[in-house]
Amino acid sequence: MPIDILMPALSPTMEEGTLSKWLKKEGDKVKSGDVIAEIETDKATMEVEAVDEGTIAKLLVAEGTENVKVNTRIAVIAADGEDVSAAASEKPAAQAAAAPAAAKAPAAAEAPASTQAPVAAAPIAIQVAADPAIPEGTTFVSTTVREALRDAMAEEMRRDPDVFVMGEEVAEYQGAYKITQGLLQEFGEDRIIDTPITEHGFAGLATGAALAGLRPIVEFMTFNFAMQAIDQIINSAAKTLYMSGGQLGAPIVFRGPNGAAARVGAQHSQDFSSWYSHIPGLKVVVPYTAADAKGLLKAAIRDPNPVIFLENEILYGHSFDVPQIEDFVLPIGKARIHKVGKDVTVVSFGIGMTYATKAVAELAEQGIDCELIDLRTLRPLDIDTVIESVKKTGRCVTVEEGWPQNSIGSHIASELMEKAFDFLDAPVLKVTGKDVPMPYAANLEKLALPNVGEVVAAVKAVTYR
Amino acid sequence: MAVAKAKVGSKSAPAAGRKTAAVKSARPATVDNFSKEQELFAYREMLLIRRFEEKAGQMYGMGLIGGFCHLYIGQEAVVVGMQMAIRTGEDQTITSYRDHGHMLVAGMDPNGVMAELTGRRSGYSHGKGGSMHMFSIEKQFFGGNGIVGAQVSLGTGLAFANRYRKNDQVCLTYFGDGAANQGQVYESFNMAQLWKLPVVYVIENNRYAMGTSVSRSSAQTDFSRRGVSFGIPGEKVDGMDVRAVKAAGDKAVAWCRAGKGPYILEIETYRYRGHSMSDPAKYRSKDEVQKMRNEHDPIEQVRARLLEKGWATEDDLKKFDAEVREIVNNAAEFATNDPEPDVSELWTDIVK
Ligand SMILES: Cc1ncc(C[n+]2csc(CCOP(=O)(O)OP(=O)(O)O)c2C)c(N)n1
Ligand SMILES: [Mg+2]
Repeated sequence: MPIDILMPALSPTMEEGTLSKWLKKEGDKVKSGDVIAEIETDKATMEVEAVDEGTIAKLLVAEGTENVKVNTRIAVIAADGEDVSAAASEKPAAQAAAAPAAAKAPAAAEAPASTQAPVAAAPIAIQVAADPAIPEGTTFVSTTVREALRDAMAEEMRRDPDVFVMGEEVAEYQGAYKITQGLLQEFGEDRIIDTPITEHGFAGLATGAALAGLRPIVEFMTFNFAMQAIDQIINSAAKTLYMSGGQLGAPIVFRGPNGAAARVGAQHSQDFSSWYSHIPGLKVVVPYTAADAKGLLKAAIRDPNPVIFLENEILYGHSFDVPQIEDFVLPIGKARIHKVGKDVTVVSFGIGMTYATKAVAELAEQGIDCELIDLRTLRPLDIDTVIESVKKTGRCVTVEEGWPQNSIGSHIASELMEKAFDFLDAPVLKVTGKDVPMPYAANLEKLALPNVGEVVAAVKAVTYR
Repeated sequence: MAVAKAKVGSKSAPAAGRKTAAVKSARPATVDNFSKEQELFAYREMLLIRRFEEKAGQMYGMGLIGGFCHLYIGQEAVVVGMQMAIRTGEDQTITSYRDHGHMLVAGMDPNGVMAELTGRRSGYSHGKGGSMHMFSIEKQFFGGNGIVGAQVSLGTGLAFANRYRKNDQVCLTYFGDGAANQGQVYESFNMAQLWKLPVVYVIENNRYAMGTSVSRSSAQTDFSRRGVSFGIPGEKVDGMDVRAVKAAGDKAVAWCRAGKGPYILEIETYRYRGHSMSDPAKYRSKDEVQKMRNEHDPIEQVRARLLEKGWATEDDLKKFDAEVREIVNNAAEFATNDPEPDVSELWTDIVK
């Protein structure tokens, strides 16, 4: 039976691509491993390899065709001994027998491509509430979180020669998730440094360099791997200022993607927000928007303390408006009121905001007016902003992807009980990730993460609707 | 960065101060030939891995497999040769995320492996583990680990259990050239030699750790000498020649079984594909890959010998290929049609 070659996907979310080049022509013999075509997506060019043996009977899609849908038949191979012309005229084979070629290559090695696809704008129209410092008439430029982080590092490196970047694949590879794109070219190999895979070692080394007065930015390929290094982060970076009676401190930023990505399983999907927020001596920043990512990373690099800067792989491709201001630095430790409202206070941070913003929009349609607070920094925690809001609304729901026990939500609930008890009209409810390691199966993974419906239900519960 | 340039210690560095004569990095000059049965066995096992991996890559392209998918294509001779040196189902194996080949040679069911890749209920971990996290107590396969280097201490612990129980089992602990720079590797080496634990450290040197070539990450690129300061013997092995791997494996396993402690094998190999499905592999030239494929392919080597010695005809080999393809196609079909895990599985197996 002739074998169909289908347009391959790089990821479950890739829908179409350009068939840029055929490397084989009709009548050519192919065997497993031969590259037969090149396909372009907005992220990368990838090669299509044959998986079966035979003769190319027909090329069904012309070179240069754009928007070829995934799983479209692009060629037919006649298996050895088959009549090539008959195969060429054969009807599409049943789906089960279809053999799409294997696809190689989007942007980042360890990045499942699904999370790299640019997300078509932000889920709902997000207005970056103007931080007080932004003058009237400032222009905003749509920027991805990925670009904003890169710009922040580049600006700070231009400003201060003591700032350098160190981590796995940050230089020549341009970052496993492409955050350090272009930095090696601009700053050279003395300042953008590829390390061996030795997290505990280079986190300690960078902390030592910080004790000597340099300002390292340590990129962890993901924060899951920072667990190898957590002793140096906590015992050395966080505590030295105190233990030295104020003589020495470590001006260092530990940054990288935190939390679940997509389908990468239990060891690669966890949220360390509450872990690091527990530690005196650290500052912990978890930006959601690109503007916050930029302004807060710049602040983190200038901060004289160790700062844990928790990014999120899924947010990297999200675009937000970033103010075009010379030297845009935001204060660490200040929450932002993302949307003003009167009925209930919804508190979130980082990727939790993607659920919270959608839920708040949905609830608005149902006549519930939420005030949405983006914490932005978890340590020091701007609890005052939350308390002020709750004094007005009398209710609070927290949203995060981390596990429930000793979560950021648990801490906020306890703070509110202590400091705003008389204002509460309902118990504080928290929406969190489920109390299980992250499963791989698509259906279970979806269940393990929080969702918009759970936020809506929690808000309705505290407003007794 | 000065670090990258001021490299010391190369393959030709004198081995002054070696602790024992056993520590050497010489490669055996000749390799014992395989019998007909061994050649045929190795051929089929390697072919099964290759076809399985090609299929997995294809299914990733169809969106049936998610997340990461680290293919083993090119490295087949390593696990096949090593497996031929141990007692399957008795000696333990542990490795990294690039684990599909290790599971297949351990005798794990291709259907169950593929169904785990698609995240379905008949997968080895009921769909809860994924490509990096599969286990089989029956086959003494202890995973699948997503944290680079973590399996090295775990494998050392499996070997500790053997010594504790006073049996003669051996643990094969596989890790990559990149993993070889993790601190816990050396903490493990020290304990293994101190307590004479029966562990073979199989370093699969495929020249790259993601996009970083060995010379850009390692001060000592001769991995067979990484145990020198602990007195652990080591040798370099041609990992594209399954016979050489088996021979070295035999020697290392015998050393461990005799109670002499750990052994290091640096197996020189090559991965044809990117690090994972989403790696464009721009850090090496196409020629480099093509040269490996054309001149050193482990499967082609056996194939050529089989034909040359008259141990198989082209037709025989076609038949094998068809048989292997059928196994793999069945696995793919099984893994495509098997249902997702029941939602109640979300809450099981968290604690006993
Ligand atoms: C502790 C840790 N750090 C980083 C990573 C990301 N990572 C996954 S594989 C890999 C490269 C490992 O290379 P190597 O040990 O040579 O094995 P290979 O992939 O070549 O088989 C890296 C950096 C990880 N999974 N765990
Ligand atoms: Mg490697």
